[in-house]
Amino acid sequence: MDIMSNLALGFSIALSPYTLMLAVIGCFLGTIIGALPGLGPSNGVAILIPLTFSLGLDATSALVLMTAVYYGAMYGGRISSILLNIPGDEPALMTTLDGYPMAKAGRAGDALVLSGVASFVGAFLATIGLMLLAPMLARVAFLFGPAEYFALYLLAFCTLGGMASNNQAKAALASCLGLAIAMIGVDNNSGMPRLTGGSLHLMDGVDFLVAIVGLFAVAEVFFFIESHGKSSSLGVKLEKVVIPWKDIFACKWTMLRASGVGFIAGILPGAGASLGSFLAYMSEKSIAGEKGGFGTGVPRGVTAPEAGNNAAAGGALVPMLTLGVPGSGTTAVLLALLMTLNITPGPTLFTERPEVVWGLIASLLIANFVLLLMNVPMVKIFVKVLSVPPWVLLPGVTMISFVGIYSLSGSYFDLLLMIGFGMLGYVLRKLDIPTVPVILGILLGGHMEDALRRAMVLSGGDAKYLFSSNIAIGLWIAAIAGFVAPMFLRNILKKPPAVTD
Amino acid sequence: MASDRIFGLVTLFVALGYIASATQIQTSFLVDPVGPKAFPILIGAVAALSSLVLIVRPDPDPTWPAWRTWLSLFVAVLVLVAYAKALKPLGFLIPTAAAAGILSYQISGRIVPAIIAGVSLSLGLFLVFKYALGLGLVPFPKSWLGL
Repeated sequence: MDIMSNLALGFSIALSPYTLMLAVIGCFLGTIIGALPGLGPSNGVAILIPLTFSLGLDATSALVLMTAVYYGAMYGGRISSILLNIPGDEPALMTTLDGYPMAKAGRAGDALVLSGVASFVGAFLATIGLMLLAPMLARVAFLFGPAEYFALYLLAFCTLGGMASNNQAKAALASCLGLAIAMIGVDNNSGMPRLTGGSLHLMDGVDFLVAIVGLFAVAEVFFFIESHGKSSSLGVKLEKVVIPWKDIFACKWTMLRASGVGFIAGILPGAGASLGSFLAYMSEKSIAGEKGGFGTGVPRGVTAPEAGNNAAAGGALVPMLTLGVPGSGTTAVLLALLMTLNITPGPTLFTERPEVVWGLIASLLIANFVLLLMNVPMVKIFVKVLSVPPWVLLPGVTMISFVGIYSLSGSYFDLLLMIGFGMLGYVLRKLDIPTVPVILGILLGGHMEDALRRAMVLSGGDAKYLFSSNIAIGLWIAAIAGFVAPMFLRNILKKPPAVTD
Repeated sequence: MASDRIFGLVTLFVALGYIASATQIQTSFLVDPVGPKAFPILIGAVAALSSLVLIVRPDPDPTWPAWRTWLSLFVAVLVLVAYAKALKPLGFLIPTAAAAGILSYQISGRIVPAIIAGVSLSLGLFLVFKYALGLGLVPFPKSWLGL
């Protein structure tokens, strides 16, 4: 009955009119962010963080607003996948495979409703999963000492690098880049400045928000300048939207299975929503077999990746809240939000600040229903958003980024640093070097070093201490496997080619 | 092939430079077994190793933009730097309209829509930031407002 009383606490916070309003605004903004090509969940959440912070929201409100945006973006990503054949965000890539053919066959409305319902099922089940699993994991996390945390951070880098990149060396390089940037500034233990090059601006270190907004949002502008923002016109017509009850019922097992697959993929550190939708789609495809007609625009091909994607988005919150290790790029950005709000995620969060955790969970449950309403009966409003041309959107995003960072620190130096990170992000993405490990490195570098140093203090400098417990050994093995295994799996787990006109 | 090799070479030198400057970190009287130098050196070493792998086994080249595109990217960076510099002394409205307009022109290549986009983004964002979000933005140069 522990959960019930906790939930009651959560709902008492989430149902206050102010929090409810924030959740609705977050859902709305999130769906728009997800729907717009060129503005994914990571950079959408990233540019909103400085603004949220300068609004002076308290921790719970800010967290509710931003996670509603996060869930909303996961819902919204499907809209442009289905109507434009352009994924609104990376996890929605798999939705294009069946969504776009279905829309071309004149069933755009059906595809949107089906994927909306699938998103709801996935996200709802994942939120329930989060509610049940997170407190349990938080209890396990109490057993973690510095040696275990060091191995856990390593695991996050290894799996994220292994999954997110096509080249292990590039992923490792990206992680090192982030960690190296995190070392800049005053050393916590000795109080001496490190690697600042004598610059006073760098004494406080590099603000991770500056890096995130630069790498995600500013870099995007450079890409659009390069491609001259080839505007995507709506290729398919959206007729009257009716609810295809028959298809929804026919897909119920698909949705449930895909939610399970997605949730588990989401919990794995570093895997995230992209892997969730990929695995959900592939497993449903093999269950359906040749006769299933996946890839030609079947309802099950639309529901599977969307349920998987949204379930993974909820699952990714589990390691982020209980261990402080994000499961995906966007949860890394949410972790940045927590750190900005001075909330330390981890097991103590559940015991010391239950109102934050349970308020958040209750808000997510409410946000899900709001999102279902917005994304099924009101989906036409968001379809209109797709006609915002990139030559208005991208300058707008840039200006919002500048104002956000400027209102946070008021420093010209930080703005320059942000532009620098934008240039870096452009070059890295050109060279197929993932940028998420860079962010993760900047976020976790300090904690990782701290864990290592505390472990060594405890053991008096004996390196064997790092492998002294079963949990630590297990994490080390998982880390090495997560880094090495994708090299061999890459040939087996080939992504199916995207649909072309 | 060449891109990855060049990048690997650059990061190799950066990594070595990083290790070299990490050895210069001053230690204080507060010492722990690891100290402030070890972790940065470790990172530098892993980065150097990854750079070597990149030099030995590069991926195929990406398609780099033509020199004209490089030029417009360079212009975009200059615009952003100028915008960053102008934001404080010139207020929000004028630099934002100019910067947003130029970026918009660089994406679409059409002048009139770019001007409209720049001006309306500037005004719209100002209203949103100032009145909906309550940020303390200054619309015009302070001297114009007689402050």
